[in-house]
Amino acid sequence: MTRVTRFAGRDPGPTARVAGFISHLRANGLSLGVSETALALDALTHVDAAVPEHAKRALKAVCAGCREDADQFDALFDAFWMDAGRVKQRMAPGTTKGNDAVHSSRHAKGDHEAGDAGSASAPDGGQGDAESDGEGKLVAVEIRNLSRKDLRDLVRPEDVAEAEHVARRMGAALRDRRSRRRVLSRKGRDLHFRRIIRKSLSTGGEPIRLIRRTRPDRSRKIAAICDVSGSMSVYAQVFLSFLGGLMRADPSSDAYLFHTRLVRITEALRDKDVMRGIGRMSLMADGFGGGSKIGGCLDQFSRTYAKSFVDGRSVVLILSDGFDTGPADQLAAALERIRKRGAKIIWLNPLKGWRDYEPIAAGMAAALPHIDLFSAANTLDDLAGLEPELERL
Amino acid sequence: MSWTDLQKSMASEAYIASDDLAIALHLSINLGRPILLEGAAGVGKTEVAKVLAACHQTQLIRLQCYEGLDAAQAIYEWNYQRQLLSIRAAAEDGQTGREVEERIFSEEFLLERPLLAAIRQPEPPVLLIDEIDRADEEFEAYLLEVLSDFQVTVPELGTIRATSKPIVVLTSNGTRDLSDALRRRCLYTHISYPSMEAELAILHARCPGVEARLARQIVGFVQTLRNEDLEKVPGVAEMLDFAAALIGLGIADLTSDPTLLHATLKTLLKTQEDQAQVTHEVTARLAGRAA
Repeated sequence: MTRVTRFAGRDPGPTARVAGFISHLRANGLSLGVSETALALDALTHVDAAVPEHAKRALKAVCAGCREDADQFDALFDAFWMDAGRVKQRMAPGTTKGNDAVHSSRHAKGDHEAGDAGSASAPDGGQGDAESDGEGKLVAVEIRNLSRKDLRDLVRPEDVAEAEHVARRMGAALRDRRSRRRVLSRKGRDLHFRRIIRKSLSTGGEPIRLIRRTRPDRSRKIAAICDVSGSMSVYAQVFLSFLGGLMRADPSSDAYLFHTRLVRITEALRDKDVMRGIGRMSLMADGFGGGSKIGGCLDQFSRTYAKSFVDGRSVVLILSDGFDTGPADQLAAALERIRKRGAKIIWLNPLKGWRDYEPIAAGMAAALPHIDLFSAANTLDDLAGLEPELERL
Repeated sequence: MSWTDLQKSMASEAYIASDDLAIALHLSINLGRPILLEGAAGVGKTEVAKVLAACHQTQLIRLQCYEGLDAAQAIYEWNYQRQLLSIRAAAEDGQTGREVEERIFSEEFLLERPLLAAIRQPEPPVLLIDEIDRADEEFEAYLLEVLSDFQVTVPELGTIRATSKPIVVLTSNGTRDLSDALRRRCLYTHISYPSMEAELAILHARCPGVEARLARQIVGFVQTLRNEDLEKVPGVAEMLDFAAALIGLGIADLTSDPTLLHATLKTLLKTQEDQAQVTHEVTARLAGRAA
C-alpha cells in the first residue's frame, strides 16, 4: 500500500511541489517547459486535487505528449507523490526495460544516453586495422563468415538520427533537378495563360477558371549498395546508420547489402522502429563480416533488381573498399550494364581517405572507368561533405 | 460541471468514456486547450467529438485532413470568380479602382473554410481535426496559429480573432510523428482498446436490445480475437457491426451455428490474409472459449 508523500515542514507549498514534480518528469526524459507548470497547476484547480487518482489523470493529460510518455507517467507519478518520500526504484529510462526481444528505439536511445557518450560519426578506435598506418595487408577472402553478428550492437539510434539528417541533405542535393518545362498542376505556382484564355472563350472572355502549372520535380532515386564483408566491418557502423537514415529520409530510395550474397534490405530498414529494422536486417544479412564477391553481387544486381528499380533518374551509390575475390572484368561488365540503364554511379571507398592511396586493387582499377564519382567516405562528416559534389553531378 | 458530470452526459449519448478520457476532456474544455487523441483505428476517437457536440448541443465542424491539404482548403479562400464579376460590373458603373479594390477584398468575398468558420461561430462549436497525421508538416504550422491564439491572419483584411473559442479535438492514427510544437499545445490522451467491462457497457449503450448472455459472448469473442496475430485488429466499431449482424441474423448463441458465425466474421476481419487465417476451426475454438 502506497502512501501519499509527506513533505518536509519547510516545504514552500503546493506550487513549488508541482514545480518539483515537473522537474522530476523533466529529469526522466519528458520534454516540458515552464508553461506546462502553470498549466498543470491550472488543471489541478479543475479537478478534485486531493484525490490522488484524479490528480494523476489530470497531470497525465497535461504532461504526457505521446504514448511512451503516457505509459511511463503512472510510475513517475507514484514515485514522486505516493512514496512517502522514499524512492523505491530508480526511474531512469535505462532501467525500465531489459526486454531483449523488442528493441524499441526509444528505450535503446535512453540506454545510450545514460551510458557511453562515444563519438557518433567516427568508427570506434582500436578496433581494426584501419587505425594503423597501412602496414597490415587487407585482402579479400572468400570464406563465408557463418557466425551471426547482431547489427544492433553496431548501430545506435542516435547515429541513425544523425545519418538521417545527412541523408536528407544528400537526397536533396541529388534531387534538385528541376525541369525547365512546366506541367499542369492543380496547385501550381504560376498561371497557365494559354489554357486560361482558351477556357475563357466559353465564358464570354471572362477568365473564370484559373488554371495553374508548375515545374515538376525531376526526383532522383538513390539505390545504395553496401559492402559488409570482413574488410569493411570497421566502417559498417557508419554506413549502416547512413543506409538507415537514407531509407527514412527518402521514401523512394532503395538499399542493399552484400558480402558473398546480395540482399535487399529496403523493407527492413523502412520499419517504423529503427532498432527493430536493424534487427530484421541482421537476420537477413547472415554472413556479415565474411568474404566479398563484389563482381558477382553487382552482376546479380544489374540483372535482377536494377531492371525494376534503376532507370535514367537513378543514382547507384556503392559503399565498398573494392577488394574482390571474383574476376575483375565481371565487376567492370556489371557496372557497365548498370551505366547503360542511364544511372549515375557513385563509389564511396573508405580507403581513399588514406594517404597515398592508389586504386590498385584489381577490382577497383577495373571499375574506375565506369564510375561518375569516386570519393572517400569514412565518417558521416565525410558523407555530409559530399553534398556539393553531388550537386555538380 | 465536473468531469463525472461530463462522463455521465457522454454516457447518456451512448459513449462510454474512461476516467482518463473524461478528465482530459474536462480539462480541455475548462482550460481552453485543444486535445490530441491517439490510438488504433476504430477505438472511437472521432466519435468523441461528435458526442461532445451533442452533449453541449453545439455545432460540430469537421476538418478531415489528407495529404496535400493546404490553407485554401482549411482556413479561407477568396471567392475569385465573384471578385472578377464584381470588377466587371464596377467598370460598367464607372467606379474608381480604389473603391472596387476595397469592396472585393471585404468579408463578402471571403470563402470560409472549416478553421475560420469554427472561430467565427456565435456559440463555441466543437472543431474536429481528424487524422492530423495525414496532413503535411507544413499544414501543422498553419494550425499552430489557430490552435494557440485562436486567430487567423488574412493579409488583405488583418487578423480575425475568435468570437468564441471552439473546443478542439485532434485525432491521430500515428502514421507519422507529429511535431513537438503541436504536441505541446495540446492535452494528450491515448485511447486503447476497452476492457471487457467497458466494451460490454459500450455494446449495451449502442445496442440496447441485445441479451446479456449474447453480449458477453460477443465481447468475449472479439476480445480473444484481438489477441490473435492479425494484420488489422478489429476495433469497437467493428464489434458493434458484428453484434448488429448477429442480431439481424437472429443468432442467440455464438456456438449454435458455426457456419453462420464464420460468415459474419466479414464484419470483423477486413483483410484477405486475416480472413484466411481465421478458419472455421479457429472461429469455433474462439466461440467455445467466449461461451
